[in-house]
Amino acid sequence: MNKVKSSSFLYLILNFLFLFPLVAQAESTKVSISGSSTLAPLAAEIAKRLENSASSLRIDVQTGGSSKGITDVIKGLSDVGMSSRALFPEEEALVKSHTVALDGVAFVVNSKNPIKELSRAQLADIYSGKISNWKEVGGQDLEITVIDRAKGRSEKELVKDYLGIKSTDYKPDIVAGENQQCVKLVEGNSGALVYLSIGTTEFEQKRSSKIRALPLSGTAATAENVKNGTFPIIRPLVLVTKKKLSPSSKEFVQFAVSSQVKDLVEGMAFVAPQ
Amino acid sequence: MSASLKDSFAKTLLGFASSLSVLVIFFIFYFLLKESSLALSQIGGSRFFSDSTWAPELNLAEGQFGLLEMIVATVAVATLALFIAAPIGWFTAVYIHFFCKGAFRIFLHRVTEIVAGLPSVVLGLWGLVVLVPVLLNLRAPGLSVLAGAIVLAIMIIPTIVVSTVSAYQNLNSELTLTSKGLGIGKARFILEIATPLASRGISTGFVLALARAMGETMVVVMVCGNVVQMPESMLDPVRTLTGNIALEMGYAYGSHQSALFLSGFLLLLSVLTVFIAGRLFLKTQEEQFR
Amino acid sequence: MSFRSENILKGLSFISALFFCGIFFLILSTLIYQSGALSFEFLTTVSSEAGRAGGILEVINSSFLILAICLGVSVPLSIATAVFLAVFSEKNPLVHNVISTALDTLAATPSIVFGLFGYSFFVIYLGFGFSILAGGLTLAFMVLPFLIRIFEEGISENYRQFKLAGASLGLSRTAQVRRIILPLSTNTISAGLVLGIGRALSETAALLFTSGYLLRMPESVMDSGRSMSVHIFDLAMNVPGGNQNAYRTAVVLVIALIVINLTSTFLTRRVLGAKT
Repeated sequence: MNKVKSSSFLYLILNFLFLFPLVAQAESTKVSISGSSTLAPLAAEIAKRLENSASSLRIDVQTGGSSKGITDVIKGLSDVGMSSRALFPEEEALVKSHTVALDGVAFVVNSKNPIKELSRAQLADIYSGKISNWKEVGGQDLEITVIDRAKGRSEKELVKDYLGIKSTDYKPDIVAGENQQCVKLVEGNSGALVYLSIGTTEFEQKRSSKIRALPLSGTAATAENVKNGTFPIIRPLVLVTKKKLSPSSKEFVQFAVSSQVKDLVEGMAFVAPQ
Repeated sequence: MSASLKDSFAKTLLGFASSLSVLVIFFIFYFLLKESSLALSQIGGSRFFSDSTWAPELNLAEGQFGLLEMIVATVAVATLALFIAAPIGWFTAVYIHFFCKGAFRIFLHRVTEIVAGLPSVVLGLWGLVVLVPVLLNLRAPGLSVLAGAIVLAIMIIPTIVVSTVSAYQNLNSELTLTSKGLGIGKARFILEIATPLASRGISTGFVLALARAMGETMVVVMVCGNVVQMPESMLDPVRTLTGNIALEMGYAYGSHQSALFLSGFLLLLSVLTVFIAGRLFLKTQEEQFR
Repeated sequence: MSFRSENILKGLSFISALFFCGIFFLILSTLIYQSGALSFEFLTTVSSEAGRAGGILEVINSSFLILAICLGVSVPLSIATAVFLAVFSEKNPLVHNVISTALDTLAATPSIVFGLFGYSFFVIYLGFGFSILAGGLTLAFMVLPFLIRIFEEGISENYRQFKLAGASLGLSRTAQVRRIILPLSTNTISAGLVLGIGRALSETAALLFTSGYLLRMPESVMDSGRSMSVHIFDLAMNVPGGNQNAYRTAVVLVIALIVINLTSTFLTRRVLGAKT
């Protein structure tokens, strides 16, 4: 008897759990955000600051890729998308972008690796498997561990454009999704080569000096050079919304592009837009 | 209400609840197929096997949608894991059941249970920061079939230990006494009498372990390297079906997402094939034994 | 000769057992070493800076809610199924075959497939969105076969022992179940609970696409919420400087699992057949 009773009690409690919050929730307005995992930690911090101010908004940040973030907004699955690349023209026709920060994509090696610089042609040869040892590009006699990024990440799209090789011609040794997995891999492997957000790289370099960003076309991979526009691969980190913003999305987006979050942007080692 | 009426009422109610677990299976199949249908109609089922590699593009003609390399990788990583785990698991079980007594035995049981419960993401993290740098000394990039197999082996050893120990426990206890009376040594008893008699239970454990290794996700996505290719050696990086879903699902939409659902469906089918084949094999073995 | 082969076997099996324990302690010590100092405040404060600083209070809360939904649904369901199998259809091979095939299939289904199913069914089709509810329900179906197996074993054992006595007292089967079988099966049920909690707490893949990544105190079960295992994954893989808190969360999770496991020793003496 007891068991049967207690299980039905459990159901009762669960029902309350389900229904109560549904009613209570009506007071605050929710803004759902999805997309780029490079931008997500920053967006989450901005959201937290806005929630802690007088605002009645509740902001949900889910990570994924840039293209997914944009598609989610187009389909109406989320209110605001995050993208770590500029919109394509066909996307531009459907949605609107709001730049929160600027970032660059740098090629990163282990700090034990003495290599000074790689040209665009050398990088293309490495990523397409024509060069497989560091000594072929003037480095030590060590195999290159080529790390590529997961399909759908904006770094991948940008680097693909920069290097100009077809996606089927890539011959990587490792494919990594998230930024920190790349950092761990390069830290533990002195022959590794990866491309990575400059923001992430600088942040890591401040903490430990196990990884190092290579200059590209003679320009050092620093936030400074992203700011002054001289670095070759620069991307905007943008929030994406429908052309006509709802009041709640508008409140969040306006806050996110304002100077009130400049310290957060720079705290993540991104560059605040001028 | 009369007692029998109450009984049949209760039976109906409970039967209804029980049918849910059958229903869930159909739901899983239905929803996986439903989500895959876009890929099947736009890309076509055959391309998933005839295309040479996996390089999904929204421009379907430009992309490659072959899953074969990942199916092979899934089987390779899991099989190697079983080869590593089986001897360690079997010997450990023999030690626990035949040679070990008292506190140490309880301790070993606890360790087995706790390792069985270790979250795969924790094991994967350990593999990435401890094991991979070690394997890197053998050959770059360290992330490889072998790395995945070793971490998966740690995960499935408990499955093997538990099922082997319980297979030995289910043997008739008189067997030990009779053998002792006949003057059969302990080693001979274990190897020639107990193990053949318990072989069904032991092999069930192996099949379960293999199925578990094939379906594991977090470990392989962290330590296998995720490169889509046919593995030629144990030190090659590979991408498994589970790794593919975990890696790309967050970024995928449209036909790409649908293709990932299809690879999930194929994964389910391959795990079930192993499972059913294992059971059939054991069944025929058992019949022969009788 | 016989002694020698016995010693070889004993030696080999001892080395295996020791090796296995060694790996376990190696993993444990890596986690503890990497996590640095762990204070109690880590459990009682909320996170800041995307989880890299602060504690994991909201993550613990989300995990707890996911767990509550998972067990709240799966435990009653699996007790009902176990009673049905053991008591009401004990002599019906067809029912047993159909249900146990279904349970075997469910048990063999990879967790990421449950994740895909949960995403398609709960998140999209039923419109729950990324939510604690969707995650909890997905996990409920995942642990269902394991719970039913354990419960069925205990309940059918008890039923076999007491059905004649019960029937001779003129008790209906319903009454037997309520008054005798279920009260006697408390041990089994707590063993099942412990197993369910362990499985649910350590699951990651099924939750990535169902309960989502949201790092905030959940206000309702319709909110997305991050479980401890997902938190570890995100901190270690996506948040710059998130390593230490990832290891700390891992230590908390492993300690929780060990405590739950040891509790089970007191609740049931039959775990793994270690009859002590």
